[in-house]
Amino acid sequence: MVPLSYYLVLSGILFVCGVLGFLIKRNIITIFMSIELMLNGVNLSFVAFAAQWHALSGQVFVFFVMVVAAAEAAVGLAIIIAVYRTRETLNVDRVNLLKL
Amino acid sequence: MTPNPYLWLIPILPLAGAAINGFFGRRSSKKAITAVALVFCGLAFFLAVVIAARFSPASAPYYFNLAHWLRSGSFQVDFSFYLDQLSLVMLLVVTGVGFLIHIYSVGYMWDDDGYYRFMSYMNLFMFFMLTLVLAKDYLVMFIGWEGVGLSSYLLIGYWFTKDSAAAAGKKAFIVNRIGDCGFLIALFLMIKHFGSLDFTRVFTAVQPLPTETAGAGLLTAIGLLLMVGAAGKSAQIPLYVWLPDAMEGPTPVSALIHAATMVTAGVYMVARSSAIFERAPMAMTVVAIIGTLTALFAATIGIAQTDIKKVLAYSTISQLGYMFMACGVGAFSAGIFHLMTHAFFKGLLFLAAGSVIHGIGGEQDMRKMGGLRVYMPWTFLTMTIATFTIAGFPPLAAFFSKDEILWKAYSSPYGSWVYWLLGVTTAFITSFYMFRLWFLTFFGDYRGAPAAHDVKHQPADAHAMHDKADHDGHGHGEPHESRSVMLGPLFILAILSFVGGWIGIGGRFEHFLAPVFQSGAAAELAHENAGEAAGRGTESLLMLISVSAAILGLLLAWTLYLRRPQLPARIAASLGGLYRAVANKYYIDELYAVLFVKPVVDGSTTILWHGVDQGVIDAAVNDSADAARHVSDTVRHMQSGNLRSYAGWVAAGGAVVIAYMVWMGVR
Repeated sequence: MVPLSYYLVLSGILFVCGVLGFLIKRNIITIFMSIELMLNGVNLSFVAFAAQWHALSGQVFVFFVMVVAAAEAAVGLAIIIAVYRTRETLNVDRVNLLKL
Repeated sequence: MTPNPYLWLIPILPLAGAAINGFFGRRSSKKAITAVALVFCGLAFFLAVVIAARFSPASAPYYFNLAHWLRSGSFQVDFSFYLDQLSLVMLLVVTGVGFLIHIYSVGYMWDDDGYYRFMSYMNLFMFFMLTLVLAKDYLVMFIGWEGVGLSSYLLIGYWFTKDSAAAAGKKAFIVNRIGDCGFLIALFLMIKHFGSLDFTRVFTAVQPLPTETAGAGLLTAIGLLLMVGAAGKSAQIPLYVWLPDAMEGPTPVSALIHAATMVTAGVYMVARSSAIFERAPMAMTVVAIIGTLTALFAATIGIAQTDIKKVLAYSTISQLGYMFMACGVGAFSAGIFHLMTHAFFKGLLFLAAGSVIHGIGGEQDMRKMGGLRVYMPWTFLTMTIATFTIAGFPPLAAFFSKDEILWKAYSSPYGSWVYWLLGVTTAFITSFYMFRLWFLTFFGDYRGAPAAHDVKHQPADAHAMHDKADHDGHGHGEPHESRSVMLGPLFILAILSFVGGWIGIGGRFEHFLAPVFQSGAAAELAHENAGEAAGRGTESLLMLISVSAAILGLLLAWTLYLRRPQLPARIAASLGGLYRAVANKYYIDELYAVLFVKPVVDGSTTILWHGVDQGVIDAAVNDSADAARHVSDTVRHMQSGNLRSYAGWVAAGGAVVIAYMVWMGVR
């Protein structure tokens, strides 16, 4: 059996990849995908702990996260399309109309 | 005491009239306004007469408890009304003279744009004045007291577009505040020591207290403070300065408020508190001295005034001084008697003066009048009766009341020959300046411009408009007699001034009021009976002296103003500084301006306005706003609008939270 620490390390790597992508990338879609990556990193740790401790709640929680992520993807993509239609760019640095 | 459920209707009726005219008057016709104002005021008078008819001198006081007001521990105040012999006299004077003046106002104010406003204020005044005289305790009385002050303010400043009228209204209000302050402190003392403000309960509590002959105690303090309030409302030294200025109001207002009713409220209040004053001889002496000095002082100012209404104003102050003199020597019923006759003849004088002013197009300067007896014979007739009355000629009303006061000032245990001497001197001066007014106004030749277009104040304006029909449309023409709606009240008041004093013959008035002033009046009567044989001769002698003083005043005025009209100017020139001081009212207004007004205005400007208001309050608000702006200005740069920097902040925040939790976990 694969030890728990392996899963946690993998989950940590995935999460950090997500954070870095979120901070560095300028393309909205890439940022969006980075967020998904972070979510999945967290999901992995949940299932790993659930399997380790034989507790179902972790598994159930992951389903919730996936459902919310799916809903968020739908809304988020719609927003991205709307932004693209008005601004004709996906570069977040140029979406700065709310600045003082 | 007998409950009487109709009592509360008397004050409420004029209030209803004031409300109807105040709310709907702007859109109603003048006839409707007149009907409302007169009907409600007349109903109050009618009700007062009905109640008076059933009230016998021996009957117990009526009262009616309308509602509870304050309850705080053992202290309680109710909205309750009270009618005894004293309030009955006041009630009849206020409603009767008030109703007559309402009728007169219809004629006088008909052409004014604010007619409905005027009528509404007049009814409002009646409400407060009736509350004042019918109150059963000092606090309800105080409501009326303040309310008449308010109505007085509104009516003095009735022509508020005129600066002088607005200023006069303010002056009256502020000077009265000073007096009210004393009145209020007296009320607080009563609450503290007697636990009640109800007349009967306070006087019952006062009853067993000893007379404060040795020194000044609680009752002296209360009495003096009440006198401060009375001096403000009744225009006595040192607070009389507002009354002459109050003549800026329309003449019916001067007649109703500043001659017949409101200014006598102070006398009423002192007489009502007789139980307190009788146990505080020092306060009585102060009242008598203030009254005597005011009577003399105001009369001397009256000599040199040229404005017909100003003369009457100073005469009012002087006559009020007589009333206080009477109260101060313990002759409360004599004071109230003079109050009543004064309401008749001074109301008449003002209304007749108003008729004169109206008839010559708003001119108030007596030097521009003269010879008017030809133009307005009826006004002349009534004015003549009033002038002879105030001068104290028998058998007119003031002869009886004034001589009663002078006799009491001489003979009462509190009295002294000094009061009497000053009183007789005042009577002489009064007679002189009143006949001066009479001669200047009605005799000689008319000195006004024949087609005077002197638009000095608003009635002149309005008058010129309504006169266009009968005067060729060229402003104001010849002096003319007033309309019958104005003459009617003059006649009734003239009759009252003539016969009003007769009810006092043989001490009947005093006996009628005796139940109110039990102890004092009883003592007085006993005293009078004891000295009856010796006193009768003295009384007749004193009466003779005061009548000759009045005749002397008449002769002097006749010599100076009719026979040798060039003489007064020469006398004035030879007197020089003294004459100027009198003509300028002894510079009292200027003195007050330097002593009180200027320090207050300067202090308010430099300390309160520039110092506290701008320096502390405004500064605190502005500085905190500035501080908030500076902080925001620094912090706003976080809101760069750059999405990735926001993300960075979120990540950094998350990192901090995690670090904190790890650190806590390690510990």
